[in-house]
Amino acid sequence: MQIDRREIMPQVYLTHLRAGQFKTGLISAQLVTPLSRDTAAANALLPAVLYRGTTRFPDMEQLCAQLDRMYGAEVSPTVRKRGESQCVGFVMSFVDDALVGRGERLLERGASLLGELLLDPVTRSGRFLNEYVDGEKANLIDAIRAARNDKREWAELRLMQEMCASEPYGINRWGDEDSVRSLNNRKLFERYRDLLATSRLELLYCGAAEPAQVQEALQESFASLPRGAVPPLCAVVRRTAPAEPRLIEETMDVGQGKLSMGFRCGSDDVPALILANLLFGGSSNSKLFMNVREKLSLCYYASSVYARAKGIITVSSGVESRNAQRAQSEILTQLRAVQEGQWEDWELAAALAAARSALQSLGDSQGALENYYLGQNATGQFESAEELIGRLDAVTPERIRAAAESVALDTVYFLHGKEDT
Amino acid sequence: MELTCYPRLGEEVVRHILPNGLTVCVVKKPGFRQKYALLATRYGGMDLRFRQGGTWVDTPAGIAHYLEHKMFDTAEGNALQELALRGAEPNAFTSNAMTAYYFDSTEHFIPNLKTLLSFVSVPYFTAESVAKEQGIIAQEIGMIEDDPGWQVYKNLVRALYPDSPAAIPVAGSVESIRHITADTLYACHRAFYTPSNMCLVAVGDVDSSDIIAAAQEILPAEGGTPIERDYGGGSGSVTPLTERTMEVAQPQFLAGFRCPDAPEGLERLRTNVIGDLAVDMLMGESSPLYSRLYAAGLINASFECGFDLLPGVAYVYAGGESADSAAVLDAVRQEAARVVSEGVDEDYYQRLRRAMFGASLKGLNSFESIALSMVEGCFHGFDAYRFPEIFDTVCKEDVLRFIRQNICDAPAALSVVQPKEE
Repeated sequence: MQIDRREIMPQVYLTHLRAGQFKTGLISAQLVTPLSRDTAAANALLPAVLYRGTTRFPDMEQLCAQLDRMYGAEVSPTVRKRGESQCVGFVMSFVDDALVGRGERLLERGASLLGELLLDPVTRSGRFLNEYVDGEKANLIDAIRAARNDKREWAELRLMQEMCASEPYGINRWGDEDSVRSLNNRKLFERYRDLLATSRLELLYCGAAEPAQVQEALQESFASLPRGAVPPLCAVVRRTAPAEPRLIEETMDVGQGKLSMGFRCGSDDVPALILANLLFGGSSNSKLFMNVREKLSLCYYASSVYARAKGIITVSSGVESRNAQRAQSEILTQLRAVQEGQWEDWELAAALAAARSALQSLGDSQGALENYYLGQNATGQFESAEELIGRLDAVTPERIRAAAESVALDTVYFLHGKEDT
Repeated sequence: MELTCYPRLGEEVVRHILPNGLTVCVVKKPGFRQKYALLATRYGGMDLRFRQGGTWVDTPAGIAHYLEHKMFDTAEGNALQELALRGAEPNAFTSNAMTAYYFDSTEHFIPNLKTLLSFVSVPYFTAESVAKEQGIIAQEIGMIEDDPGWQVYKNLVRALYPDSPAAIPVAGSVESIRHITADTLYACHRAFYTPSNMCLVAVGDVDSSDIIAAAQEILPAEGGTPIERDYGGGSGSVTPLTERTMEVAQPQFLAGFRCPDAPEGLERLRTNVIGDLAVDMLMGESSPLYSRLYAAGLINASFECGFDLLPGVAYVYAGGESADSAAVLDAVRQEAARVVSEGVDEDYYQRLRRAMFGASLKGLNSFESIALSMVEGCFHGFDAYRFPEIFDTVCKEDVLRFIRQNICDAPAALSVVQPKEE
């Protein structure tokens, strides 16, 4: 895949991924800003309010009608956390012109609509429409509360809040309920102005069009973006695990308990940690799957995720409360096995094959590409999938052991039913 | 071997039926690294009662799903490891009417495909391995039962189709799976995992003759006989309201309208297109009703609607989070009546048709959705890639007729999960 990245305006970057095999083109526009308790809720509210209407398409019905006319183009407001940064904006996908006739110019129309969504909202007396702000505030509060509905997600969220309580990373990407409630139209509009002027804008295109055509369309659509002093990307906060892991237990009316465990990775050897995590719990051939699930039948899922931008590994499992202790100690036993280099040759070969395959097939999904490169761009790294594959191939068993050795348990969170003790 | 080109989609498909009855579809995708294979059998959670050798057999709820879990075991150990070494992570799912096994890999595709064909066609269980799986599946059931989205869905289908096996959870219950033994699993495998009851799809930059050769080499030479299944009468009366409480933040709901069963063949695809268009016209994101309900705070971005077809079961659904789901259902009914009596603007209809056509094109980016549409087509006798022609022939009147017959005149059910009082 041809990758081209350039600064097309001050602190506005365009990543261009040339790929002709898709039926669609994708454009992403993301404002990257430091994650902070003071602004997280307002930043998260903005894409939803902006998506309610632009000057040209002032309500949802007219906006959707325009998307329908563009052969069902799709726009999603997005709010994501990458490292200690919050990324808010829109991702748009539209059918490639080749399938609907060149005359349609869906790329230009898409870019222009995206620019309008971000820069030209419908306003009344220099503010957003009150009904849009109030409606989306209620929706955001509902969304924050709805995190409780999915117990697995809830346990993972609570773990991060507790484990990274003093780091920006511990802040919910949507902010908290009280902050949302305290926002009003005036404050939100001020935040909007500020966010536009002081954020880095990461644009990404993936599809069949030439870089020059894409750059021209986006430059035109974002020409009126105000540019103020843009602070550098926030450095990732790295902490070490406490001497004694913290334990948090909470109850809810659930049938199945949820166990989440957070680990800090001391090592910076990213490729070695990727493989260590795959051996540990990152695939259906991992030690967690084979032992905690298959051998002991303790759970349906027990898996681990390595957040490399932050240097954290989290383990997540659904277990009956009476088995939670057993599951926890088995999980730690399996980590120790990786730290001591106890794995069969096939396990490592499978881990490497899984990592290679995942990275190689990244280029087959526009959504996955967008997500991967946003993760890179928002944390100030730039490594293509191909480069990372090269670094993975060079990892030795000694490096995996050393990287795993640096992994230490920080916090355990357990959610269980009210009757269980 | 038959090659079909679809110039309006920019796609090519090779179809072939082996002497043993297996349908093979190969969808060429040059430019992609990933290669994907899916092997499906027409056997799912609904297939609990069937005729074998002249007698009707009843099996425990959850058996198709249990069988899916156990198929990964082989005499040599576990197929997962063999595939993992070659960079493939296989997975499987069981739905109401189908069990499917699939993997993708960028390297060693044909050896991986052979492993897939082999572990799905050769069962290997022991009493111990079957007993051991009970703990895992019981935890899976526990996880699903805690999911409010699943609870509203389960109660809706039960309310609309009380006699249908579609109302029984695919995974069964902790109680029902206790009755599953190695013998019952072997018997169900023999009955339903026959090549003539299955479909193999490969998607990617692959050579169709290699795929066909692999299927011929690994799968049994005999096809098997068609199995008659009992899906119940579908005549029970609809329960208008089902409520339960759970630990959720906001009330969640799903409303449904019971529709007549759709015919097989290309008409089924046509019914699907008309149903989707009707739902979209009535309450999709760009409909006046959606805007109104959203602006009134009666629905939020979690709102979803659609049209579902299962064997003997068809329904229109709409749901999400709402503090007043009865008001949403009323509004849908009223809007349906209005649309049917006043008609719709031709521009609006054309716009929706264009949007839906674009959305169908987008589906061709996903190997999984391509494979599933090929399997659906194979099991129900239509060519899923004929959708552009269907879009050409469907008109506004078809869609309005659907709304009148399936929403205005249809019995409706509302399923709600309320938050627990503190």
